[in-house]
Amino acid sequence: MVYLQVLVNGLTLGALYACLAVGFSLVWGVLNVINMLHGSMIILGGYLTYFAWLHWQVHPLVALLPVSALLFALGWALQAGMVNRLVQRPVLTTLTLTFGLDLILYNAMNVLFDATPRRVTLDLGTLVLGDVVIAWDRVVAFALALALTALLYGVMRSSRAGRAIVAVRMDRDAAALMGIRINRIYAATFAIGAGLAGACGALMAMVFPVTTNLSGLLLGKAFVVCVIGGLGTVPGALVGGMALGLIESLSGHWFGPQNAVLIGFVLMLGLLMTRPTGLLGRRGYE
Amino acid sequence: MNRSLVLFAVFALVLALLPWVGDNHVVQQASFVCLFCALALSWNIIGGYAGYPSFATAAFVGLGSYAGALLQNAGWPMVAAWVGATVVTGAFAALLGWGLLRMKGHYFAVGSISIVEVLRLVASSWSGLTGGGEGLNLPILPGGPAFAGRVFFYALFAVMVIAFAMTVLVHRSRLGFGLQCIQQNEDAADMVGVDVVRYKTIGFTLSAFLCGTVGAISASWTAYIAPTDAFSILMTLKVPVMVLLGGPGTLLGPVVGATSFVLIEQTVWSRFLDYNQAALGIVVVLLIFFLPGGLLGRLRRPSRKTAPAPAPSSAPAALGRQPTPQGEGS
Repeated sequence: MVYLQVLVNGLTLGALYACLAVGFSLVWGVLNVINMLHGSMIILGGYLTYFAWLHWQVHPLVALLPVSALLFALGWALQAGMVNRLVQRPVLTTLTLTFGLDLILYNAMNVLFDATPRRVTLDLGTLVLGDVVIAWDRVVAFALALALTALLYGVMRSSRAGRAIVAVRMDRDAAALMGIRINRIYAATFAIGAGLAGACGALMAMVFPVTTNLSGLLLGKAFVVCVIGGLGTVPGALVGGMALGLIESLSGHWFGPQNAVLIGFVLMLGLLMTRPTGLLGRRGYE
Repeated sequence: MNRSLVLFAVFALVLALLPWVGDNHVVQQASFVCLFCALALSWNIIGGYAGYPSFATAAFVGLGSYAGALLQNAGWPMVAAWVGATVVTGAFAALLGWGLLRMKGHYFAVGSISIVEVLRLVASSWSGLTGGGEGLNLPILPGGPAFAGRVFFYALFAVMVIAFAMTVLVHRSRLGFGLQCIQQNEDAADMVGVDVVRYKTIGFTLSAFLCGTVGAISASWTAYIAPTDAFSILMTLKVPVMVLLGGPGTLLGPVVGATSFVLIEQTVWSRFLDYNQAALGIVVVLLIFFLPGGLLGRLRRPSRKTAPAPAPSSAPAALGRQPTPQGEGS
């Protein structure tokens, strides 16, 4: 059954997409800011993981934590220092600002690391289940991506900070009246988004070659996932990511991999024009 | 208003005389100035007047360049191919606007960016028509580089003048007023009887069709096009930044912004090739923090009675400010 293999490929890819988009979706939903830096942040996480592995033989799963902590700090600094001052401005302003910051980060990475595709090769062998074959590193990345997404869900659901973030997303002004410090929540949200991007980059580096040229593509995937699943919620990103993974692997199977990306975008545009709230279609309050 | 016209006339006259005094390099720079002025003036209609953050400029430029190239390779004369490309791009924008303009704020921005991506992917995968990643070659204009450079300069110059004339007409007409109402508050504009859908679609089409002409002309100019250059994501950012630099929603803002941007780019950044993008990024960040109303907003006092010209800092809540963008329910 070739379709079983396609299905499994789609789901493993989908978990990575969910993890990739969930931080982006959170920032968009809570701050109402499109973080154009997200793709480059993922790549930065991937590069840091790769170099830690190359020079100090740090296992990517060990590197995951410090890498995402580093990006968390970077995100906090960016938000507190720059984005917070403009968060109330029209879309064009915030989007252009993060686009500009992305150009700086992208250029810096190209100069520091150059754009050669690099990948952490762990050689864990393959898992064979009947007719389905999966590389073990993919299985690990899949499980960790799901675990990270679940962790975020737990944080949003049961921690004070998570509840505050949800409150700010629901109604910023009312949340402020309840004594929530909006700017700190914004900074925390942006930092969580950046940290997750870093973690996702670390997972990515185990599975795919990482290069700066991918950052635009990853950002595009984050857009698509958000539009399919709806903004600002963890389950939305999960549904959107899985859907995109399945769509890409099925359409790649039918029409060739080059057109898989195209079909994702076309689907997103169709959805945007007809159901701009996404498939889940409501604001979640997890 | 009248002062803007006089200033533009002087600017255009100086540009038009440059080929007689300058060498090929000067003509090339002047061509870039005209090209980006035309794009910035076009973008200003939808981005400046209507306040819709469109990032689709590169899509129209790329579409125009491919349409022009295909028509020229099919044996059309060069100028006829440019006109054909303009018509194709305008028709595409009118159709696209019908769907795209149903979105607002971030959704519109994301939708317009993805149009660029979609067209680029189509251009690279439809290799039977577009040559795929290898690109397309165009016939080279005979007569030597000096002559060709001047032909393309005057063509781009003409497009710039048309774009400015279009802006003046829009600025003075009901359409311009309606677009500004849409920027201030779309629902209110709808309620007092502005035909919002029609105005936005017309504005979007007007902001697109000359991009197609520019694309076709630059395709003939470079005599070669490929998907990544034609649908350049950088171009799609540069043009709004130019307008922000000059002052959005004004007559002269796009011209001032595009001209100064091109001059800065050519004189300063070309010396730091490795850091080109970072330099653009730094300019963007500085611009947003220190020049929110653009250069014109800095020069002129806001109390001038003629221009309604809302600067982005005072721009209304209509975009992005509401916590619930379109359709998200509450």
